[in-house]
Amino acid sequence: MTALASAVAAPRMPGFLRRLWRRPGACASILVLGLLGLGALLAPLVARILGHDPEMVDLLARLEGPSLSHPLGTDELGRDTLLRLLQGGRVSLLVGLVGAVGAASIGTAVGLVAGYVGGRLDALLMRVCDGVIALPMLPLLIVLAAVDLQKLGVPAGIADSEDASIYRIVALVALAGWTGVARLVRAGVLSLRERDFVTAAVAVGCGPWRIMLRHLLPNTLSPILVATTLSVGSVILVESVLSFLGLGIQPPAASWGSMLTNAQELVTTAPMLAIYPGLLIFATVVACNVLGDALQEALDPQQSRSGR
Amino acid sequence: MSHFLVRRLLQATMLVALMSFVCYALIGLMPGDPIDLMLSADPRLTPDDIARLKAIHGLDQPILERYLAWLGKALTGEFGYSRLYSQPAAAVLGPRLANTALLMGVSLTAAALIALPIAVTAAAHAGTGFDRAVNALCFAGISVPTFWLALVLILVFAVELGWLPAAGLPMARDPGLAERARHLVLPVLTLTIAAVGGHVRYIRAAMVEALGQDYIRTAHAKGLHPRRVLWRHALRNALLPYVTILALDCGALVSGALVTETMFGYPGMGKLIFDAVMGNDYNLALLALLLVTALTVACNLLADVAYAALDPRIRQR
Repeated sequence: MTALASAVAAPRMPGFLRRLWRRPGACASILVLGLLGLGALLAPLVARILGHDPEMVDLLARLEGPSLSHPLGTDELGRDTLLRLLQGGRVSLLVGLVGAVGAASIGTAVGLVAGYVGGRLDALLMRVCDGVIALPMLPLLIVLAAVDLQKLGVPAGIADSEDASIYRIVALVALAGWTGVARLVRAGVLSLRERDFVTAAVAVGCGPWRIMLRHLLPNTLSPILVATTLSVGSVILVESVLSFLGLGIQPPAASWGSMLTNAQELVTTAPMLAIYPGLLIFATVVACNVLGDALQEALDPQQSRSGR
Repeated sequence: MSHFLVRRLLQATMLVALMSFVCYALIGLMPGDPIDLMLSADPRLTPDDIARLKAIHGLDQPILERYLAWLGKALTGEFGYSRLYSQPAAAVLGPRLANTALLMGVSLTAAALIALPIAVTAAAHAGTGFDRAVNALCFAGISVPTFWLALVLILVFAVELGWLPAAGLPMARDPGLAERARHLVLPVLTLTIAAVGGHVRYIRAAMVEALGQDYIRTAHAKGLHPRRVLWRHALRNALLPYVTILALDCGALVSGALVTETMFGYPGMGKLIFDAVMGNDYNLALLALLLVTALTVACNLLADVAYAALDPRIRQR
């Protein structure tokens, strides 16, 4: 409990940044993520410079090797591999970021309410949390990703639109990933609400919403930040698995995961097509995990000294 | 203890019961219901025929009534027929479950046996180059996408080197034990690499914590051999939480091997669920989904109970 209480302490900005900066792993991760993010942002510009469209099919230039106009060669439909990777990165990184923030938001709301209100509501929310944790997520996500939105009453125009698969996958990973943050925030709130400043706020006449949002939430930001960073990586992994299985991002949109679906069949003829997207997923997830770990230790040096 | 056990058992049962309804409803929402399939098989069917077919199969009833009807049959052990395999759905599951159990058992054992010595050594030399290298490798293992790892392993060992088969099971009707083992190598390797990083990190953290305790100093002070202190006094306490991780991993792997099984064409539970969902095999998908849910929940329950049984402080909460 002491470890948790100190994890909940407010981030001390200067010291915390200094400690983060001293870790080579953290710097490298920030560099990798920055480069990948920059590449994704600049994808349209790169496309303009190279003079191709990432979705343009050119059957006369299938599976070409690297050349000046195609720095990483072309895929089985003659599309430029580099552009496809950058374009896929836009989708993968976006889904990872938005999905993780979505999950963290749900988790924070549940954790705040459960921890502060307590009683029956707390017991109910935590049982739901335990239940979700105990479920086999991957098969359930596959079924959820396969559900026909039209049978749920979503109009055909929206259900079949190009971006629907992206929204759906963000919603799915958020629904599956909120439990960790909820537990962290609840544990933090449970110890915080006994503290004097909360009693003082109640005495001054603050309502429960104000106490939760202005007094408790800012003090639980450190563990939320760590958990969100870590979950960007796991969200990208889940997205890539679903997309790889053909249930996530639907063509013509592509993510790194869905690019691997086609590459799998060509693994003997064009192995590099299978190597690149996987390497990018791998690099992103490693960077998120290392950064999350470093953040945790930088935000909470006491806990890391005792070994965790 | 018995009070704790009963409460947990009740919660787990309620969760499985609730999930049976959720799964039933979800399966009904998947694209292409049986009537659609009949319609595509025979385009001469009129809307009247379809209404009649729906009435025969009870599909015009509200979902709760359909669920209760299904539940009534399910409780007597009748789960319907599998469309893909033309067998009772329950009969399809048995061999698949055995296959998954084999894959899971071998991989988890391998992961634990590899993780233990590495983690203990890393913890004993915390902060050294070895510890940092182990930590980096763990991050790599945790972060690698399983399907890509499987793809790379197939590419290297099956395509380039030609040492090992890319399929998880031999084609021959009656293969020898050696042949089966050879086919298992790549799937087991995939799952082990994916699992071992997490195990090492977990044991190492628990070990470092245990090594900081007073009883370790006492053990050193009374002159015990450092190796004995490490492997006997520290490890026994560090292993306590690891038991729960093993149980949780068991649960996760019942269905979590889905990707690996699909990649290697290994006929286990995960691949079965994927194939059933993709092939509109409603009865089979529902039953398999419920089975892995129940098994995962049971493993979680086991983890809780094992922890409480081993550590009396937990029970009093």
